[in-house]
Amino acid sequence: MVTADWLDIGPVDQLPALGARTLPVQGGEEIAIFRTANGSVYALLNKCPHKQGPLSQGIVHDTTVTCPLHNWRISLVTGEALGDDSGCVPTIPVKIDGGRILIARKEALQGVDG
Amino acid sequence: MVASPPDPRPHLVVVGNGMAGCRAVEEILARAPDRFRITIFGAEPRVNYNRIMLSPVLAGEKTFEDIIINGPDWYADNGIELISGDPVVGIDRAAKTVTAKSGIAISYDKLLIATGSDPFIIPVPGKDLPGVVTFRDLDDVDKMVAAAGLGGNAVVIGGGLLGLEAAHGLSLRGMQVTVLHLMPTLMERQLDEAAAWLLKTELERRGQTILTQADTAEIIGTNKVEGVRLKDGTEIPASIVVMAVGIRPSTILAKEAGLAVGRGIQVDDHMVSSDADILAVGECVEHDGQVYGLVAPLWEMCRSLADGLVGSENPYKGSVTSTKLKVSGIDLFSAGDFSGGEGCEDIVLRDATRGVYKRVIVKQDKIVGAVLYGDTADGNWYFDLLKKGEDITEIRDALIFGQAFASSGGATANPIDAVAALSDDAEICGCNGVSKGQVMACIAGGAQSLDAVRSGCKASASCGSCTGLVENLLALALGDKFAGERDNKPMCKCTSFTHEDVRAAILEKSLKEIPAVMQALSWSTPDGCSSCRPALNYYLLCAWPAEHKEDPQSRFVNERMHANIQKDGTYSVVPRMWGGVTTPKELRAIADAADKYGARMVKVTGGQRLDLFGIRKEDLPHIWADLNAAGMVSGHAYGKALRTVKTCVGSEWCRFGTQDSTGLGILLEQMTWGSWMPHKFKIAVSGCPRNCAEATIKDFGVICVDSGYELMVGGNGGIHLRGTDLLCKVATEEEALEYCGAFIQLYREEARYLDRTAPWIERVGLDYVKAKVVDDHEGRKALYGRFLHAQKYLQKDPWAERAAGKEAHLHQHIAEIRPFAVVGAH
Ligand code: SRM
Ligand SMILES: Cc1cc2nc3c(=O)[nH]c(=O)nc-3n(C[C@H](O)[C@H](O)[C@H](O)COP(=O)(O)OP(=O)(O)OC[C@H]3O[C@@H](n4cnc5c(N)ncnc54)[C@H](O)[C@@H]3O)c2cc1C
Ligand code: SF4
Ligand code: FES
Repeated sequence: MVTADWLDIGPVDQLPALGARTLPVQGGEEIAIFRTANGSVYALLNKCPHKQGPLSQGIVHDTTVTCPLHNWRISLVTGEALGDDSGCVPTIPVKIDGGRILIARKEALQGVDG
Repeated sequence: MVASPPDPRPHLVVVGNGMAGCRAVEEILARAPDRFRITIFGAEPRVNYNRIMLSPVLAGEKTFEDIIINGPDWYADNGIELISGDPVVGIDRAAKTVTAKSGIAISYDKLLIATGSDPFIIPVPGKDLPGVVTFRDLDDVDKMVAAAGLGGNAVVIGGGLLGLEAAHGLSLRGMQVTVLHLMPTLMERQLDEAAAWLLKTELERRGQTILTQADTAEIIGTNKVEGVRLKDGTEIPASIVVMAVGIRPSTILAKEAGLAVGRGIQVDDHMVSSDADILAVGECVEHDGQVYGLVAPLWEMCRSLADGLVGSENPYKGSVTSTKLKVSGIDLFSAGDFSGGEGCEDIVLRDATRGVYKRVIVKQDKIVGAVLYGDTADGNWYFDLLKKGEDITEIRDALIFGQAFASSGGATANPIDAVAALSDDAEICGCNGVSKGQVMACIAGGAQSLDAVRSGCKASASCGSCTGLVENLLALALGDKFAGERDNKPMCKCTSFTHEDVRAAILEKSLKEIPAVMQALSWSTPDGCSSCRPALNYYLLCAWPAEHKEDPQSRFVNERMHANIQKDGTYSVVPRMWGGVTTPKELRAIADAADKYGARMVKVTGGQRLDLFGIRKEDLPHIWADLNAAGMVSGHAYGKALRTVKTCVGSEWCRFGTQDSTGLGILLEQMTWGSWMPHKFKIAVSGCPRNCAEATIKDFGVICVDSGYELMVGGNGGIHLRGTDLLCKVATEEEALEYCGAFIQLYREEARYLDRTAPWIERVGLDYVKAKVVDDHEGRKALYGRFLHAQKYLQKDPWAERAAGKEAHLHQHIAEIRPFAVVGAH
């Protein structure tokens, strides 16, 4: 389903708890969709602010993901690097409706021409 | 059309004779008894009752009469007309009338919609079969009670609050109940992993079967329910299936009438909808983006609604909710936010003997959440502190021990003075029955550290929940001399126990899951950290090879993906080449795979095999399937596991070769592949002391000589170069295999996670290893036996499992966005 502002990308139960899946955007940047232990869902660009590591492959803990390449910890809520590291990855608003994941169209299509 | 006698008062019509609708009427009557002429429509053919008590009715603890809130008298006394058993089917906002199913139409001046929620039915085949019920009203309870009367099996889909209360009731009524829950842990919205595990264990002890990560594919049966089939093929027989997977605000009427509806009917702070004459309250509304599924918020909404109606301001500001489970004998409480995150601090108390787990989440000196299991006496106190946003700095140290302790000054008192004040016979360690006097005597007798006290008098040696008290006693007795340092380092900051303590407890107490270990050993965090989780997963796997269930969330990416992640996010793929030997057929298959999946480099590794670089995660299952088809399996180049067995050509070809080193290497690799270990493990076999296979820097190396095989252990070519030590010399290949298996098993059972063999041997000493593996013949055979036993379970090619579809989600995108379309993955 496609509405003006939100894109339906599928049912929540396709996301593993404490894990993530990826959402490629044609002509744009791949997005990582995360699910925390208590079922909250977040989306970030799948690109670590350090050296572009694929955040979707990291270990999810609380509301953070640890990058699989050099262990930076990134907040799923703000996209900011935590601890001593600094940097930020863009977040994309997500909401759940009737068990489906909706993701904000504008932010998801950032940088896509046209 | 409108048939009631003239009454000059404005007519308030209520749709929904449930908890919120009737409470709203009570609140209005309390403020303005005569202001409105009131009519209530109810779909259910009965008076207003306490819906939450349907659970005790199902359990046989209460009757319907016990749970009526407002009987017929209430309607009569207040001049309320109740039209029950007749749902409203339409609202005409222009004419200001409502029409019911029976055809009666009534006009309103103010309309209140309080239609509650509809149970969500998962859209699987068989959902409409007789015997599939929901759990929402008395009719549902009657159906369940009737089914239970016939005995047999029940399946409850949904392991949340409602599902578990249904399961409890059916089980008390004698049914064999299975609960199917999609998520990995029960009640995941209200409970963290630790509490959910305790709950699951208790329900299982009571005879229920709890299946988590159970995805329902179909409800089977021809004329009525006969069972449930899961997506993994499991079938569970059932004569009744209860769907308790969630609720949806009941908004159809409002939507059809053109009111603003989001997830629920959108209302303002006084419960007025987008039409000024229509109000809505209860579970059917959405306020400030929130919908609620519990009664406490409804009471607050009803007060704001009534105040608003009589013209005084009292805006509803949203509610914080708390949860209890109404299952007798299970005490559980949860409130607020326990997702943790940046800036949150967990205060955890576990008491394994009493089965208690308490966790309070503090952020910026305020309580933001609480999860209690086993002892919920302080639930309301925490909830109150949370709602009021009280600063808890002053009582922080005593917070977790509860209100009585914290307000008796336990908090502000110096903890050392507090233990000083205890009498000598006060019990310190409940597990081992050790008193303060005994601990003090032990310290006086020379025990100057926690470890010494533990081994001296056993205090704090079992579950560890009294560790803090013992440390305070040490500080009391030794003053500045007690710096708190440990002879043996604890495993990580989540526990006061060492790796060895934890491993021993796993065996002694038969602990088989990560949450069980954390509870039994009083972990100070709710679910561990990224350093103890992988270690625990390994220790459990090693202790219980046959029963172990993998916890993928406790594996680092490479072990989860069965491939090595590269700096650009692609993966490298290394198939096993037994003993470094390959064939033209294998090479062709590797070459074809490299072409087909666009490997950007093919490299000969230092471990005598080929590495294909730049493979995309989506392609992994496919390239593995291709390599499997050519007879190859995973090389575990990514794992804390057996990596490679390097060999030289040996007596088969080499003019100096003394034995068939290649053949022995292959036998060793076939015996040891697939084994998970504390760290990676490498083997090599050289055909003569020239040592072309570099066997003397391997974890286990063999140097062939004329008279047999020199077995070498503990080498490491990595960051700290260490040459091997000679373990012993043996005469036959069989012996070489047996000693190798026994050595590995000793390492597997005793080394700390992430210790390679080199630092482990430096720590325990070569003589210890020799005593166990060489001198003790029985012991060696037992170790070897345990190794071979474990291998029966571990030698499964993870690639084959993935190629066959296991964990497919790890390799597929969830969907793809092409501008103006979303394309689902599969
Ligand atoms: C591919 C390979 C290099 C090569 O191109 O030859 C390699 C590649 C890596 N090595 Fe190695 N090591 C490779 C042979 C070695 C050897 C030589 C050997 O095995 O004979 C050593 C020294 C011998 C030893 O282990 O004692 C070696 C010592 C290390 C170490 C240091 C270990 C130590 O105890 O100090 C690490 C780091 C670690 O494991 O923590 C490491 C870690 C790594 C990692 C896994 C780094 C990482 O975490 O990403 C590299 C993965 C690359 C990839 O994606 O495949 N690699 N590495 C070799 C694969 C062998 C195989 O077929 O499985
Ligand atoms: C088994 C069970 C146990 C629960 N336990 C707890 C608990 O322990 N704690 C807690 O806080 N909450 C609990 N709840 C939730 C709680 O019962 C609800 O939050 C509460 O009942 C909601 O009140 P409501 O008035 O919005 O909806 P309801 O109480 O459902 O009332 C809505 C009424 O409107 C009627 N209706 C719907 N459509 C129409 C129509 N078109 N015309 C006429 N009538 C209509 C319905 O038949 C229903 O009677 C439990 C719920 C259940 C089912
Ligand atoms: S030595 Fe090993 S770890 Fe270091 S860069 Fe080379 S492959 Fe990577
Ligand atoms: S790329 Fe993420 S930590 Fe380096």
